[in-house]
Amino acid sequence: METYVLLFASTLNAGTVLAIAALGLLINEKVGIVNLGAEGMMLCAAIAGFAAVVNTGSDIAGFLAGMAAGAVLAGIFGLLVIYLNTNAYATGLALSLFGAGFSAFVGINYVQAKLPQRMNYEVPWLSDIPWIGSALFKHHPLVYATIAFAIALIWFFDRTRTGLVLRAIGESPQSAHALGYPVRRIRWIAVMVGGSLCGLSGAYISMIYTPLWVEGMIAGKGWIALALTTFATWRAARILLGAYLFGGFTMLQFHLQATGIEVPSHFLSMLPYIATIVVLAIISRNPQWIRVNMPASIGKPFFPGS
Amino acid sequence: MNFIRLEVRPLPSDFWRIASPVLALIITVILGVILFMALGKDPIKGLQMFFWEPIRSPYALGELMVKATPLLLIALGLSVSFRSNVWNIGAEGQYVLGAIAASAVALMAERNTSTWIVVPILLAGVMGGMLWAGITAWLRDRFNANEILVSLMLVYVGILFLNFLVFGPWKDPAGYNFPQTKTFESITNIPKLWPGSRVNIGWLLALLGAVVMGLFLFRTRAGWAQQVGGLAPQAARYAGFSSRRAIWIALLVSGGCAGLAGALEVAGPVGQLTPYVPVGYGFAAIIVAFVGRLHPVGLIFSSLLMSMFYIGGELAQSRLGLPKSITGVFQGLLLFCLLACDVFMAYRLRISRSAKGAH
Amino acid sequence: MPTPLLSLKGMTKRYSSVVACNEVFLDIQRGEIHAVLGENGAGKSTLMKMIYGSVQPDAGAIEFLGQTVSISNPKEARRLGINMVFQHFNLFDTLTVAQNVWLGLDQSFDLQTVSQKIIQKASAYGLDIDPQRPVHNLSVGEMQRVEIIRALLSDPKLLILDEPTSVLTPQAADKLFTVLRQLVLEGCSIVYISHKLHEIRELCHLCTVMRSGRVTGVCDPRQETNQTLSQMMIGTQPVQLNKRDSAPQQIVLQVDQLHLQSEDQFGIDLKDLTFQVRRGEVVGIAGVSGNGQRELLYALSGEDTRSQHASIAIEGQSVGALGPHQRRRLGLHFVPDERLGRGAVPSMSLAHNLLLTRTDDVHASGWIRWKQLKLHAQRIIDQFQVKAQGPQALAQSLSGGNLQKFIVGREIDAKPNLLIVSQPTWGVDVGAAAQIRSAILQLRDAGCAVLIISEELEELLELSDRMHVMSQGRLSPSMNRADADVQTIGTWMSGLWDQAVEMRA
Repeated sequence: METYVLLFASTLNAGTVLAIAALGLLINEKVGIVNLGAEGMMLCAAIAGFAAVVNTGSDIAGFLAGMAAGAVLAGIFGLLVIYLNTNAYATGLALSLFGAGFSAFVGINYVQAKLPQRMNYEVPWLSDIPWIGSALFKHHPLVYATIAFAIALIWFFDRTRTGLVLRAIGESPQSAHALGYPVRRIRWIAVMVGGSLCGLSGAYISMIYTPLWVEGMIAGKGWIALALTTFATWRAARILLGAYLFGGFTMLQFHLQATGIEVPSHFLSMLPYIATIVVLAIISRNPQWIRVNMPASIGKPFFPGS
Repeated sequence: MNFIRLEVRPLPSDFWRIASPVLALIITVILGVILFMALGKDPIKGLQMFFWEPIRSPYALGELMVKATPLLLIALGLSVSFRSNVWNIGAEGQYVLGAIAASAVALMAERNTSTWIVVPILLAGVMGGMLWAGITAWLRDRFNANEILVSLMLVYVGILFLNFLVFGPWKDPAGYNFPQTKTFESITNIPKLWPGSRVNIGWLLALLGAVVMGLFLFRTRAGWAQQVGGLAPQAARYAGFSSRRAIWIALLVSGGCAGLAGALEVAGPVGQLTPYVPVGYGFAAIIVAFVGRLHPVGLIFSSLLMSMFYIGGELAQSRLGLPKSITGVFQGLLLFCLLACDVFMAYRLRISRSAKGAH
Repeated sequence: MPTPLLSLKGMTKRYSSVVACNEVFLDIQRGEIHAVLGENGAGKSTLMKMIYGSVQPDAGAIEFLGQTVSISNPKEARRLGINMVFQHFNLFDTLTVAQNVWLGLDQSFDLQTVSQKIIQKASAYGLDIDPQRPVHNLSVGEMQRVEIIRALLSDPKLLILDEPTSVLTPQAADKLFTVLRQLVLEGCSIVYISHKLHEIRELCHLCTVMRSGRVTGVCDPRQETNQTLSQMMIGTQPVQLNKRDSAPQQIVLQVDQLHLQSEDQFGIDLKDLTFQVRRGEVVGIAGVSGNGQRELLYALSGEDTRSQHASIAIEGQSVGALGPHQRRRLGLHFVPDERLGRGAVPSMSLAHNLLLTRTDDVHASGWIRWKQLKLHAQRIIDQFQVKAQGPQALAQSLSGGNLQKFIVGREIDAKPNLLIVSQPTWGVDVGAAAQIRSAILQLRDAGCAVLIISEELEELLELSDRMHVMSQGRLSPSMNRADADVQTIGTWMSGLWDQAVEMRA
């Protein structure tokens, strides 16, 4: 029982990492921009956050640094793709490649560094409930904030006028432009908001999730987050569920090792990646389904002047 | 936004098609100089290390070709793939699988095996890469799964598989418990081109590949049909080209090239299978492909350029004490600058006074 | 003279080397229906976009009720009371009618209020629409109604309509005219952009004619004839087509009970289509867009191979499951309505684009005979008078009319048994349109079977020997050209041919 509680708790934690990034990418994609640079942004944010905490001792500084790193990189990406009409996929890839190199370069001095003692967070009173308390109520505040944020996003896109405008832009930027909306400016802001969330996720990884810095430590979570938005068919609630599912796969390898199953650890480590492939295949099998839910302008360049 | 405007050109500019990569390189160099100065290092020495040292002696040129071989090979395959609008980002994984497959054959060699074993080694590499890319092709063909994400996930899987092999069943029993296979028999070594240098026939294969690729893309209907699929999928459908076949061709070709590159590396300069086989050539080749404009001639130049970045990075580490990852920074910067400069191909810069309804 | 509602003084707009509008002066009075007539490329749309604020002029001034105004975006235009219904709707398929209208309104009402206002406005003008329906469920005519209601809800003083009847049946067009006349009675002015001469003569008080960016004349259309208006529009007498009687021979295309579900979930299913096309005749299929024409064309060309194999036959041979390449070998050639992107690859040369449907210059092994290909392309350019810089010219560098001439030429040059053409002269200037139509008739006289699918009723009436009408995925019986009249065709466009046949019997 103890191990299941541990598994559940660690799944929530791992899932939060993916969820924050994926929700950020969702905001991007709702307005029709795919940012393949998620991995690069998360890497740079991870080192930015880590370095900030090492140098200032403040977690808040670390999170802000990570968000800023994500926003700045996303801002550059947005300038190129939205205002200069560069190919969105190539530019996103460039961002990922650059982010990998840049973070490795900048982080070289932080490889052996240690963070100040990490706090243990507990919801008072609720965390004393046997089993459930340990599973649900002993997490970093961001875990709960993520759930609240997902719910807020659902309400935002469905009920508010701004959310409707974003959806409209994602479906047809030409029509939104003809109606007089500043399509490029709104898209740019959305991309930077999305980037800052990816940054928050990256900082969380290096500050809370595995408090250290190592080159390439994001290990593909940025790409998994991208996959998540596709197979959650661009719905915030499904992203949350999917994130926890994938967090679970990541944690499963440790759980299985602990139970002494005779599978080489390398194959267990493959679980989250193979799971991503399998789920992608299942979801994409019906192209209709994807097309109905996908914001129609993704991947298509937008020229306001015509 | 009012004084400097971008105006769409009626036709894409031919001048900028060639000028853009050159300008991008110049901007990258300028940024690099700034970076060196910010780090307190002599920028002149830096420029020397990146652009002079790699070409200043026959041996240096040889090293340049050694590094350029895998980059050129992979980029040739990627060019076919990208021109078909199939985004194979997982070439690194296909490279690793090619190395694994080649090692499997190489490990079977004994001291008195014929030198011709090099052929099945290389063929195994091609097969390994094609098999790994084939998984992506099948998932895209049958399930419509996005090839970017699938091929990338397979990179992680492939590297984990490599680690499994070298930490486990293929570990050299006489290797002091280091994760590596035993060194391949010298007979398996890819024949060198001339003594005193590490350049092997791989470089010739790469150049030959460039010629074949050029002929395929520009002189055969099949190659042209691949590109139509990438440029105008509706037109490809109208013409009757099979988009499914195009996907398979794109992925198998690029996978095979990456696998061959992996085989050449592991049976050539390295001589054994280690966890350090994946050095990122599969990703760097993406940049090589873009900078070389997806054109065989351009690719030869950009692969040599990229290997200068690699060699320069190594020298910067050993002589200036900078981390080797500076290479990655420059590679990424180059691609960004290229994308920004490419804007000039499609747009013209207009500097004008704001003329909103002049009275 | 009272102060005009809107006065344009010297409006000019340049796009790189092309002058879209050149010193245009235009006055619109209150309570007036003012037509702007011109062929494609005359500058009408650009002028309207400048009035609506989507595009900024390079020179010139706009006066609204005597005051000079600067309209820098559509929001400001709407604030002045200027609204526009575009030819290509600005609607969002996945949102409801009410949400769409809400996005187009500037005041801060909430969604509930907007829904109620929609119902009120709709009933005031006899336009039937349910605010909660998602837009992708609507027919094209209903979508236009949403656009009009959205414009009306902002209490416009000036309403601009860009080619509104291109998506309407003749009866629906009449209904629209009623709405417009009611609007005018309530004090709104209307700018009506069209190239349809009879509509302008029926509806409008005043007509400004534009050609190549300039105003070439202002007149009262009720006093003019089609000929005089046409003269002002194109500058010369329209070319008369030489049409001989047809003598059709054996059947080339036989479509038999074709049933096909649409690929797209928002598309139209084809139901029980049966018709033939013979050698030496032109068969036309009329109909408003969105009634299954797209799906039928994909099935006929071979781009969609899901049809029952025997339901489509060329010269007796079943082809339903065959792809475009195999159908071409049997003599079927097809000109699609999308030129750039489907009929031709925009960034490739004309010579390369020849390879899309022609294999004459390719060796059996796949090697391209480049020199031969270029000469072949040049022959087509010469024969069909395509204005291009040569076979190396990129497809996207040609004007719409010239590219269409090349594509039509490419297919006719293949000496087909059966030529299928979709929207042969859409967006093409009058001169090129005449050339294309004449080439089609020549092909027919030489013994080819021709099938034309078009939304331009006049064009079909000019070219066809027999006609069908397509509605909601079903096909009407055949009608001879001699018996065809616009009223009946209009009724059939609503799918009511069984009744009509009964009435005539």
